[in-house]
Amino acid sequence: MPVTVYIPTPFRKLAGNQTHVNVAGDTVGEVLDHLGDQYPALRHMIFDDTGQIPGHVNIYINNTEVHSLQGTDTPVKDGDEMAVIPAIAGGAVALTPEQVNRYSRHIIMPQVGPSGQRKLMETKVLIVGAGGLGGPAALYLALAGVGTIGIVDFDIVDLSNLQRQVLHQNDDVGKKKTQSALETLHSYNPDVNVVIHDTPITSDNALEIIPQYDLVVNGADNFTTRYLVNDACYFAGKTLVDGSILLFDGQATVFKPGSGCYRCLFPAPPPPGLVPNCAEAGVLGALTGVMGSIQAIEVIKQVLEIGESLESRLLLFDALSMEFRVVKLRRDPKCPLCGDDPTISELIDYEGFCGAPFPGGDHVPGENGA
Amino acid sequence: MAVEVKVTATLQKVVGGQRSVQGEGGTVREVLEDLDRQHPGIMDMVMVDGQIHRFVNIYLNDEDVRFLKQLDTPLSEGDVLSILPALAGGSA
Repeated sequence: MPVTVYIPTPFRKLAGNQTHVNVAGDTVGEVLDHLGDQYPALRHMIFDDTGQIPGHVNIYINNTEVHSLQGTDTPVKDGDEMAVIPAIAGGAVALTPEQVNRYSRHIIMPQVGPSGQRKLMETKVLIVGAGGLGGPAALYLALAGVGTIGIVDFDIVDLSNLQRQVLHQNDDVGKKKTQSALETLHSYNPDVNVVIHDTPITSDNALEIIPQYDLVVNGADNFTTRYLVNDACYFAGKTLVDGSILLFDGQATVFKPGSGCYRCLFPAPPPPGLVPNCAEAGVLGALTGVMGSIQAIEVIKQVLEIGESLESRLLLFDALSMEFRVVKLRRDPKCPLCGDDPTISELIDYEGFCGAPFPGGDHVPGENGA
Repeated sequence: MAVEVKVTATLQKVVGGQRSVQGEGGTVREVLEDLDRQHPGIMDMVMVDGQIHRFVNIYLNDEDVRFLKQLDTPLSEGDVLSILPALAGGSA
């Protein structure tokens, strides 16, 4: 009677590049023996010289490791699912069969593989703002199995958020955004450790919160927070995956300490009132999904160390003409933060610099309906 | 010589909602001056005290003109200018 055997990436080349193989047998041992008959090269991986299963290979039947059953004598029946999971060098724990299954569309890609998946699971990402950009970014990072996702937001879910903010649903109106985000992310992937910071990010707490994470995704909705997060990430040595949106336009880039920062891109904020925010001018809801997803992609590429990041490049997306363009972003030698003669050596008065308070700085929930 | 000028986000309202306009001139400054004749007010949104606003970037093709010759950057046939204001929105 055939059972389905899941073949993980490291062994797949030895099994005709198949993800699943149907193998007959009445016990685990028989199935493995027949598997070895079908794919002789694989036999050397699943049996040692004495015919035993080596200690670094775990065999699962329907997600249960067979040592806790009857070992190789464990009976199998038609329709059972078996998985052959090797430990992978690096000292980390092996993925569970459930994880292998959940992340299989990632794991089967050689650019990810089991080791890449474990890197994602060991990564801590901070999302600034559980709104239009932070929402899809957090969502896709949670789906990808990013181990820890921190969410910093002080706001309350408002009905007008639901035109674009995918973390929040109708029943969440009136709830804290951080709480709503936590519930949504857990409902998608209970494995993710969601850490909530139910506070505005300000000069008082930015350098306490940011160093707890490996990377930061900026989904702030105002210049005061954007300059603060930029400077704090630079001081903390963290990569900042930046995105911003208005109307039908989006901008995204990656700031790595030393290769240019938000101040190199825009040395000073506009005077208050000159560039409207989304609440004042509007924003296409689906555009936030595009830009937030791009930020999630950049985080994942960064963690996996694949592809070419948006570091030193600014991506411009125009939803109306449906054009993507890329312009160069250079570190400005005159930048007061990361230039050759920096004059900013600690967090400054961002409210004074931008001429606008931190939204939620007084922490009155619901006051900032942007 | 006419070059294409791509106008993004809030600046579009000054040029009648267009996303791309044509401007005449041999330098960035001349093209901006021409645009201001066609669409009065754009200069004030892009410049202050004779300099480009620090929250506005102008790109010649893919290069920020701040790293070229700023407003005096010469233009060639077929060049594309882009005027890009900083956007605050993350849509909280």
